[in-house]
Amino acid sequence: MPKRRVIPGFGLSMGFTISYLSLIILIPLAALFLKAARLGASQWWQILTSERIIAAAKLTFGASAAAATVSTVLGLLVTWVLVRYRFPGRRLLDAMVDLPFALPTAVAGITLTQIYAPHGWVGQYISQAALWIQATYAPTGWWGEVIQDWADKGAAYSPLGVFIALTFIGFPFVVRTLQPVMEDFSSEYEEAAATLGAGRWTVFRRVILPMFIPALITGFTLAFARAIGEYGSVIFISGNLPMKTEILPLLVVAQLEQFKYEAAAVIAAGMLIVSFTLLFLINLLQRRLNWQNN
Amino acid sequence: MKTKSLALYFIAALCALTSCKKATSSASTGNPAISLLNVSYDPTREFYLDINQAFQKVWQTKTGQSLDIKQSHGGSGKQSRSVIDGLQADVVTLALAGDIDSLAKEAKLVPSDWQTKLSNNSSPYTSTIVFVVRKGNPKGIKDWADLTTSGVQVITPNPKTSGGARWNYLAAWAWANKQFAGDETKILDYMTRLFKNVPVLDTGARGSTTTFAQRGIGDVFLSWENEAWLIEKEFPGKTEIVYPSISILAEPPVAVVEKNATKHGTTEVARAYLEFLYTDEAQELAGKHYYRPRNPAIAAKYHDKLPELPLVTIDKDFGGWAKAQKIHFDDGGTFDKVYGSH
Amino acid sequence: MSYRPVTTESAPVRLFLIACAVLVLALFLLLPLAAVFAEAFRKGWEVFLASLHEEAALSAIKLTLIAAGVSVPLNTLFGVSAAWLVTKFRFKGRSLLVSLIDLPFAVSPVIAGLVWVMLFGAKGWFPQSAMADAFAPAAHLAASLAEYQGFGWLFSDLAVWLADPKIIFALPGIVIATTFVTFPFVARELIPLMETQGSDQEEAAVTLGARGWHVFFRVTLPNIKWGLLYGVLLCNARAMGEFGAVSVVSGHIRGETNTLPLHVEVLYNEYQFSAAFACATLLAFLALVTLSLKTAVEYFSGHDASGKH
Repeated sequence: MPKRRVIPGFGLSMGFTISYLSLIILIPLAALFLKAARLGASQWWQILTSERIIAAAKLTFGASAAAATVSTVLGLLVTWVLVRYRFPGRRLLDAMVDLPFALPTAVAGITLTQIYAPHGWVGQYISQAALWIQATYAPTGWWGEVIQDWADKGAAYSPLGVFIALTFIGFPFVVRTLQPVMEDFSSEYEEAAATLGAGRWTVFRRVILPMFIPALITGFTLAFARAIGEYGSVIFISGNLPMKTEILPLLVVAQLEQFKYEAAAVIAAGMLIVSFTLLFLINLLQRRLNWQNN
Repeated sequence: MKTKSLALYFIAALCALTSCKKATSSASTGNPAISLLNVSYDPTREFYLDINQAFQKVWQTKTGQSLDIKQSHGGSGKQSRSVIDGLQADVVTLALAGDIDSLAKEAKLVPSDWQTKLSNNSSPYTSTIVFVVRKGNPKGIKDWADLTTSGVQVITPNPKTSGGARWNYLAAWAWANKQFAGDETKILDYMTRLFKNVPVLDTGARGSTTTFAQRGIGDVFLSWENEAWLIEKEFPGKTEIVYPSISILAEPPVAVVEKNATKHGTTEVARAYLEFLYTDEAQELAGKHYYRPRNPAIAAKYHDKLPELPLVTIDKDFGGWAKAQKIHFDDGGTFDKVYGSH
Repeated sequence: MSYRPVTTESAPVRLFLIACAVLVLALFLLLPLAAVFAEAFRKGWEVFLASLHEEAALSAIKLTLIAAGVSVPLNTLFGVSAAWLVTKFRFKGRSLLVSLIDLPFAVSPVIAGLVWVMLFGAKGWFPQSAMADAFAPAAHLAASLAEYQGFGWLFSDLAVWLADPKIIFALPGIVIATTFVTFPFVARELIPLMETQGSDQEEAAVTLGARGWHVFFRVTLPNIKWGLLYGVLLCNARAMGEFGAVSVVSGHIRGETNTLPLHVEVLYNEYQFSAAFACATLLAFLALVTLSLKTAVEYFSGHDASGKH
C-alpha cells in the first residue's frame, strides 16, 4: 500500500471496485478477446480492412462524433436554462430530458423512423424542402445524391437518420453530467468578475465555461461512446444499405447469423479497442484540465 | 483489508443467491404437468398460436395430460443460434433447412438425417415468394424483369440477417438464371441492378413489411406469400399481390431437438406435436394462415388464394442449402459481389 | 424571483435562451413521446388497458422490475465505491480505471449480450451442463437442507436451480446483461461532482476526529445526495429500457423471458401497434413516476435540487 492517506476507505473501495469491475466487465470482455484471438493477425487485418467494415466504421464514428458535438452544444444550452432560470413548465422540461433513457431503444428507433420517414410529421417537410432545392438549384454530384435521398426518404434511411437517432440517444448524457456540476457551481467568481467590470458574455466565456469544461468533456465522451455502440434505435432508421448506411454493430450481428463467432468477436474487439483508446485519451486530457483548474 | 474484501465477496455471493432464488421461483410457479418450447421464426406467430390451442386439446383427450406450449419467435438464423447456445427448445420450426442443419453441424442437437424423420422433407407446409405492390399497381410491375426498371423501388430484408430474404434472393436468381440461360455475368448484372433499386434493407421480414406497408416506402415488396396475405388483412385496400412468372418453393422445416427433448423427457409429446402438423386439422389451419398445405385435397380448397405457379426448388436448382449458403450468402459470395460492384 | 443582476442575463437574452431550449426539447424529445402516445391511444382506452392487462404483458412488467431491482442497487454500491476511490485518492493507473469504468458505454449492447453467451453458452467457458456437474454436491446439500422447517422453501428452490443451472435464456442472464449495460451510470454521475467538490471537507472532518463510515455518511453523502439520486434514476431508467443486450440473452420465450422492451418488439412484430405503444407508454410512465418521486423528495427535504435559492 502507498503512503498513509488522511481520508479512510482506500482499501475497501479499491477492493470492491476492482472485484466488481473484474466480475462484471473484465472477465466477460476477456472471453471476447480470447475468442477473437483464435484468428491470427492476418485474418484480423483482413476482416478489419474489408471495404464494408471501413465504410461502416466511417459512418459509425463520423455520425457519433457529429451527434455528440451537437448534443454537447444543445446540452449546455438546455442545462443552463434548466439550472439558472425560473419559468413555468421548467420541471416538465427537466423531466423530459430523461426520455431517451426511459424509451426502449427499439421503441425510439421505430418512433423516430415514423416521424422522419417521408410521410411522417417532420419527414414530409424535409422531403418537400429537398424537392424545392432540386427544383430551384438542380444540384449535381455528391450533393445532388444527398438531396435526392432526402427527397425520396425524408430524413430516414440515410446517414442523416443515423445522426438524428444518435443525437437523441446521446443528448441526456450531456445534460445529466452537466447538471449536478452546474447546480453546485457557486456564483462568487461570477460576482467577483462582474464587480471587476467584466461583461456578461466575458464572464461566461472566461469564468463560467472553463469551470464546466471537465463536465462537458465527460458528457461529450459519454454521448460519443454510447453512440458508437448503439444498435436498437439505429437499425430501424438507418436502412442498413451495405457500403452506405450500415453501422458496425449490425455487421457484428451479420457475422453471428453466419455462425462466425470469431469474426464477430474480431469486429467487436476492434470497436472496443478504438473506443477504449478514445475514452482513455479523453480521461487523460480531463485530468490535466482538472490540475490546471486546481 | 483482506477481511473487508472477503466480506464484500460474501455480500456479492448473497446477492447472486437471491437472484437465483427469484429465477427458480418464477419458473416453478403454476407449472403444469408438461411443457414444450417451440422455437420458431418471425411470420409464424399467428399460425402457431392456433396450432398450439388445437394440439393442447388433442393431447389432453389422448393422454389426460395438460400441456403448456411456450413460443419463442425471432429471425430464423438468430433463433437457430440461440438454440445452439443453449436455449432449451424441444422443437424448432424454422424458415430454412440450413438453420436446422447448423443445429446438427455445430452442436449435434439433432441427428444429421433429421430431414428424413418426417415426410415431405420435414416440411408440413410450404410457401413461396410473391410481389406486393401498391393498390392498382401504378408502376405496372408484372415480373422479375420489371424490378430493375429505373425509378422502381424494391423492398426486401437483408439476406445476411434474414431467412426470408435469402428465399427472395434465390427466387430472383432463379428467374435470371432462366432468362439469361445461366450466363453468370448477366445474372450478376441483373442482381446488381435489382439491388440498386433497394432503398432500405431491414434486418428481418417483419421490419420490411412495416417499411413497405406502414411507412409507405417502395413500390414493390418481395415477401413471403403468407406475409403478403397478412398485409392485405392488416392494411386493407392499400396493396395487392402479384404472382411472378416463376418463384421458389420455400419449405420451412420442423424438427424435434432430440438432445434437449431427451433431457426434458418430452420426446414423445414433441414428436406428436410435429406429426400433428400433418393432420387434416392442422393442414386446414395452415391454409387458413396462407401457408400452402402439403395435403393435396386441402390445398385444393385454398387454390383461389394460393394459385399454382412454376416453382424452382432449393435442392434441385441450387444443390441444397449448404451449397447455396456458401455460393451466395457467405462472405465473398454473390451477394457481396452485388454490393461490391457499386 | 429576486436575482442580482450581475449573475444573470438581461430579460430578452433570458427569454431567447429559454425559447431555444424549449424548442430543442420539443422538437427532439417531445415529438417522439407524442408519437408514442398518439399510437398507443389510436384504438382507444379499452385496447390500451387490455394490452396492459394481458398475461404476457404482466409477466414482462414483473421481469423488468426484478431485473432493475437487482442491477440498480448493485451498480449504486459500485458507483459510490468507485467514485470515492477515484476522487479521494491519487494512485497509479487511476486514469486507466476511470476509462475502464466508462467502457460499458462504448460496448455495443449487442456485444454486451454476446459476451455472456460466450461465457455461459453451450459452447462457452461455463456451459450449463458443466455447471450442473460442478454444482451437483451443492444441489444435494441444498436438497437435504430443504427438509428442515423454516427456510426449506429457499433451499428447495435453490436445489432445483443448482441441479439445472440456467444462466442465459433465463432470469440470471437478463439480470447480468442489464447490470453490464447500466454499470457506469452512478459512478459517472458522481465522479465529476466529487471532483469539483474536492476533499477538503472530508480531510477537515478526519482532522477533527471523525472516522471511517462517519466521514462518508455525515460529510460526503449530504454533499452528493442529489447527484447520487440522478445517477440512480438514470441507471434505473436505462435498466428498464434496455433492449439490445437483453434481446441477445433472453431467448424471447413469451410470458417467461420477455422483458417489457422485448414485449414491445414482439407486439410490434405482430402488427399490434397500439398494444406495442401502450406498453411503451408504460415505460415512459415509469420514468415520469421516478421523476415525480424525485420532486417529492426535494419538496419534503426543503431543498431544491435543480437550482440555487
